[in-house]
Amino acid sequence: MNKSIPPHGTEKVIISRKKFSDLIFENLTFVFALMILGIVLWIIYEMYFYSGESRSAFGWEFIWSNEWEPVRKEFGALAFVYGTAVSSILALIIALPLSLGVAIFLSELAPKIIKSTLSFVIEILAAIPSIIFGFWGIFVLAPFMRSDLQPFLQKYFGYLPFFQGTPLGTGLLTAGIILAIMIIPIITAISRDVLKAIPQSQREAAYALGATKWEAIKMALLNAKSGILGATVLGFGRAVGETMAVTMVIGNRADINISFFEPAYTMASVIANEFAEASEILHLSSLIEVGLLLFGVTFLINSFARLLIFSVTRNAEGR
Amino acid sequence: MTKHNLYLIMKLTLSVVAVILFSVILLSCSRKSGNPLLKKGSEQINGAGATFPFPVYSKWVHEFQKVNPKAKINYQSIGSGGGIRQVTEKTVDFGASDIPLSKPQQDEIMSKYSTRLLQFPTVIGSVVLTFNLPGLQNNINLTQNAVVGIYSGSIKKWNDTGIVNSNPGVNFPDKEIVVCFRSDGSGTTYVFTDFLGKVSTDWREKVGVGQSIRFPVGQGAKGNEGVTGLVKQIEYSIGYVEYVYAVQNNLNYANIQNPAGQFVTPSIESLMKAAEYSVNDMPDDLGQSITNSGGDNTYPISSYTYIMVYENQDDPVKGGILKSFLLWAVTEGSIFAKNLGYAPLPEVVIQKVKGRLNLLNHNGKSL
Repeated sequence: MNKSIPPHGTEKVIISRKKFSDLIFENLTFVFALMILGIVLWIIYEMYFYSGESRSAFGWEFIWSNEWEPVRKEFGALAFVYGTAVSSILALIIALPLSLGVAIFLSELAPKIIKSTLSFVIEILAAIPSIIFGFWGIFVLAPFMRSDLQPFLQKYFGYLPFFQGTPLGTGLLTAGIILAIMIIPIITAISRDVLKAIPQSQREAAYALGATKWEAIKMALLNAKSGILGATVLGFGRAVGETMAVTMVIGNRADINISFFEPAYTMASVIANEFAEASEILHLSSLIEVGLLLFGVTFLINSFARLLIFSVTRNAEGR
Repeated sequence: MTKHNLYLIMKLTLSVVAVILFSVILLSCSRKSGNPLLKKGSEQINGAGATFPFPVYSKWVHEFQKVNPKAKINYQSIGSGGGIRQVTEKTVDFGASDIPLSKPQQDEIMSKYSTRLLQFPTVIGSVVLTFNLPGLQNNINLTQNAVVGIYSGSIKKWNDTGIVNSNPGVNFPDKEIVVCFRSDGSGTTYVFTDFLGKVSTDWREKVGVGQSIRFPVGQGAKGNEGVTGLVKQIEYSIGYVEYVYAVQNNLNYANIQNPAGQFVTPSIESLMKAAEYSVNDMPDDLGQSITNSGGDNTYPISSYTYIMVYENQDDPVKGGILKSFLLWAVTEGSIFAKNLGYAPLPEVVIQKVKGRLNLLNHNGKSL
């Protein structure tokens, strides 16, 4: 009995030492985690604080009014919310099928050499600074839109209110396309990784049961849907917050038009455009409130997506 | 060898970073605590503001250092609004703005620091209208009402009589005018709308004058380069950009009718004429709008850009350097401005600036 005490003792020392280092490690990481929370709260507080003037001047009217006239000291953000929402949704509508197609091709169908080259190119696309996309938008995409795509849409779909008006090359649709190009890499890369993570045995099982290639892929897609949804949300988040590229091509008019050919304005763009030269306190604080609003919109989108993912995965587990 | 070079470069960058860090620390210390020991070492003069005069200001700073090696001036082009904000918070030694200080702004500063913020015109700038009319060889003349009409949406097509009548012999297409404007807040927009507001009371009341404007028609682009990009890309479009930018990029620009009825091409001479003509009405604080000034051969969309310094300087050394810098800039420096395409101040305005510069002091002692 007595003989067994010394080893026990040393064991205890080791355990307590381990616990001590674990304690430090745990606390340290906890502090880091807290810092993230702290930064977010701090940003919200600062924006809330500095938008005080505008909040007390306009109240909730700020969100429902689209009168943005710095000269008259009237500020309302509805046109910006509209521009941000529509351009991002357009981007998603264009980017989602494309990215999914590329992701499926990369993970399921492509030969190895094409796979690695294409993946590399997609990653390069993700690394291009947004200002470059902006200039490309003005000098390449906008002329193409004006001379080819917009007249084409007008000719065949001109009866829809979305495609009416003069084709100028810039506007909501062009912004949506630029954004789509910018978010394709992120959605593609994550979707591809998610699809890759689906065990090969599942596909083999499907094939063993006589499934066609498409049926096997469909099964993989079903299993990957929560991950793909997450990728979509990330892409959408980037589209909502994108500033420079959009500013270059969207036309920057604080108007709400049903036509996608008309110029519009986004929340991030108006902040980038007007902040440096805003000397009136009310103007500044209104711009900060737009920032707060952008934060709120992003928060809403993310929570909605979380909810969606949650409901989807819950159903999947039940099956 | 290459490894050695790499090492050298690394060492160099490190030391540069260290120096910058050190000077930043020094500067912030001297500002916060006012430590007299540190103050002597920090003769760096900081300015911030308008982007339009940035090329000429940096040229001046560079050249002035040859005249006075002690003068270490640092100018950041962060925009007029930012310049005014920073100088009123005294985070910089001088501010720069395309827009003169308003009376309420001046009163606010007076009550805050019990000294005046003096403003000095440095160069003259102007706004030009650049356009894209395919197949058109000649330059075009635009009446004042045509400019207002185009930007308020009442003139919709290029073959409108308001445009055609002032251009005999020019065949205008039956095309809609695509109007472009600056979407970012800017002194250029301020000067342009100031002109529109003087021409048309309707514009003044309904749209207004300012740096950020909700234009009745058209689409916005960011910066001179953005507007230029749009105008170059879109046929039958028109946009306004800053004159020096237009010259440097070989853009075409319209002749604009002045109050005397002449169609004037923007040029260094016609800008100086606009300043010269208005000098008799120049207020004591030197803040003056010279758009649509009247007089022969004056370009009507011209304006001063200003540097702002406090009348009572906290630091006599810095104040002295600032004073000599401004004096040098508007006199001997004018040749550098001209070379860059900026219109220098005419002699009569220089005299006014000189007189006003004598007000600079340190606690009552002239600098």
